[in-house]
Amino acid sequence: MKKKNDKDLRHTLGILVENQPGVLSRVAGLFSGRGFNIESLTVAETADPNISRITLVTIGDERIVEQIVKQLNKLINVIKVIDFTSTDFVNREMALIKVKADAETRAEVLRISDIFRGKVVDVSPHSYTIEVTGNEDKIGAIMNLLKQIGIIEVVRTGKAAISRGKK
Amino acid sequence: MKLTGAQIFFECLKKEDVKVIFGYPGGAVLDIYHEMRNHDIRHILVRHEQGATHMADGYARATGKVGVCLVTSGPGATNTVTGIATAYMDSIPIVVFTGQVPTPLIGNDAFQEVDIVGITRPCTKHNYLVKDVRDLARIIAEAFYLARSGRPGPVLVDLPKDVIQGETEFRYPKKLNLRGYKPNLEAHPKQIERAGKAILSAKRPVIYAGGGVISSSASSLLHELATMLQIPVTTTLMGLGGFPAVLEKDQGTQELHPLWLGMLGMHGTFRANMAVSNCDVLIAIGARFDDRVTGKLSEFAPKAKIIHVDVDPTSISKNVPVHIPIVGDCKDALKKFIEFFKSEKLGDIAKKRDSWLSRINEWKKTYPLAYEERNDVIKPQFVVEKIYELTRGKAIISTEVGQNQMWVAQYYHFTKPRTLLTSGGLGTMGYGFPAAIGAQVAFPDKIVFDVAGDGSIQMNIQEMTTAVTNNLPVKIAILNNSYLGMVRQWQELFYERNYCATCLSGSPDFVKLAEAYGAVGFRATKPDEVEPIIKKALETDKPVIMDFVVEPEEGVYPMVPAGKAITEMLLV
Ligand SMILES: Cc1ncc(C[n+]2csc(CCOP(=O)(O)OP(=O)(O)O)c2C)c(N)n1
Ligand SMILES: [Mg+2]
Repeated sequence: MKKKNDKDLRHTLGILVENQPGVLSRVAGLFSGRGFNIESLTVAETADPNISRITLVTIGDERIVEQIVKQLNKLINVIKVIDFTSTDFVNREMALIKVKADAETRAEVLRISDIFRGKVVDVSPHSYTIEVTGNEDKIGAIMNLLKQIGIIEVVRTGKAAISRGKK
Repeated sequence: MKLTGAQIFFECLKKEDVKVIFGYPGGAVLDIYHEMRNHDIRHILVRHEQGATHMADGYARATGKVGVCLVTSGPGATNTVTGIATAYMDSIPIVVFTGQVPTPLIGNDAFQEVDIVGITRPCTKHNYLVKDVRDLARIIAEAFYLARSGRPGPVLVDLPKDVIQGETEFRYPKKLNLRGYKPNLEAHPKQIERAGKAILSAKRPVIYAGGGVISSSASSLLHELATMLQIPVTTTLMGLGGFPAVLEKDQGTQELHPLWLGMLGMHGTFRANMAVSNCDVLIAIGARFDDRVTGKLSEFAPKAKIIHVDVDPTSISKNVPVHIPIVGDCKDALKKFIEFFKSEKLGDIAKKRDSWLSRINEWKKTYPLAYEERNDVIKPQFVVEKIYELTRGKAIISTEVGQNQMWVAQYYHFTKPRTLLTSGGLGTMGYGFPAAIGAQVAFPDKIVFDVAGDGSIQMNIQEMTTAVTNNLPVKIAILNNSYLGMVRQWQELFYERNYCATCLSGSPDFVKLAEAYGAVGFRATKPDEVEPIIKKALETDKPVIMDFVVEPEEGVYPMVPAGKAITEMLLV
């Protein structure tokens, strides 16, 4: 169960790790073993193929997050940890949303998708699948609208985050 | 020239100056065992792989060097887990080599396959599965470096059979490239200065030292700092020996070091717990505010400004908020502290400290460590005192877990680092005896004692064969109370005296058991038999079991009930 102020306690972490087998399991195991939360987690190679980048969203007060960052840094394969919270950063996630779309609702689905700059990536006689990218609020908003029409399935990538370029 | 994986294994151990391996063979590591004949390295054949890990651990604690184990895949590997977790909790450098099924079979549920890297991930500092013989030398070099550097700990290296049989050029890396591992050893001078100033203005300072002081070989610096500023010192269980409980000149008297508070925490001394609870500056060095030390967190050192030196940043402010954190090696920090104070005007320190030290002395007089002396039954504390009297300053003492361990911590006065081997963090029954064997391997001429419980000793008694066949004359003193005494004590105090599953009647005759193994057994049932038996044991050049039949329902006091403030001690 989420507490009311979960959003305030949410921290987005960027974790640079050596691109080796088992590293993800070390990171995930650290969270489960020490009772920390994982809200979302994404991982992929960086421009340097020897390094992967994990974006992880966790929930905790300052003390817990400080401990999480220290524990992550302690892992031998972790090169760097950035806590984006209270810094200026861009975050995006992508969602694939399969919505009921019959003769009646099709136009409405398209309209909503357009408003959010979504793309229809698959069509069937009874459904549309929409690809949409944005921050949490945007994904939340489109999902709320589509829910009223009928969401069949949703797949979200989880957040990816990057700091803003220096001005 | 190309070498096989097995040859590379031994070349690497040579580079790391490994003199002894504790091991147990099996199919997956046969190539290594076959190659062993070509190398000048001692192999101690244990009787259970858990024993091997504790021996490597005891060897490491006693010497400060990295202990090494070699076991086979599957059950051999899983048998090491308790020993690895024990070393992990106490930050002990060991490297454990496990055999593994050939790489093409991994993941197939092959015979004696187990994912030991997955199993030990949370209880090793780091671990490796070697997938290519060309990585072998580098990985072994990294394993040793990781085990002994920074905050030390166990590292496991899993060796598939085909990797061991593979061939490649042998090159031992001179420089390691671990991008994500840069332990911060140097204490920041600014923080030292801040902490130094706080210490200078303290009226009631206390040093609380832990195992970090021992692993960084900083005990003489700790003593220098404490005497220079006349600051009383308490240590954790892991820190015992890191500060001399008795001064050299007072050996042979009953005098304790005037600054020595004894151990703190759940079974700490009255004066240590009172001093910490009333101090205005607490200097934590190489300790980690474990719950057995702090009791109720909100009431731990409530009046104190807390300074914390630790090489592991995760230890700082984990349980207790710290006012002045100092990340760094204890030795470096202590050196810098001493330099700092040398450049300051200290004034008449003795006078400045007078009232604080005399207050502590009052606590010491009101509630000294004590037990009721009897001449009809043996008190376990009496046995520990006798062992201390007869071996002081000369012996390495290991313990099992339970009351025996706490009585050693209270009544054996450690004066040197690396003379106490005990499982603090994990509390592993069965640790003491194999650890003692490991220490005896390192120091064949030293007196090595395992102070044991009648329960714990049965958890790794099979290693008696290892001791006998390798001429390792470890002395086991069983404080035989016919109970899982520490658990019984909790049942007595908190579970309506319902002694469910803690009575150990039916234990073997330990004297006969010793003899069956080819060791020597003695029994004492009366107090006046205690000293003669210890003397006889010390004169025996074989392993000895001394079965001290002690008061069955003796308790360990003081005791702070779990979750209570450390001032809320139950006293005798
Ligand atoms: C492997 C293991 N199992 C269980 C325990 C829980 N435990 C802690 S102390 C203790 C009793 C130990 O009995 P004994 O060795 O006779 O020592 P005593 O307390 O009687 O001195 C037990 C069962 C433990 N610490 N380790
Ligand atoms: Mg017992």
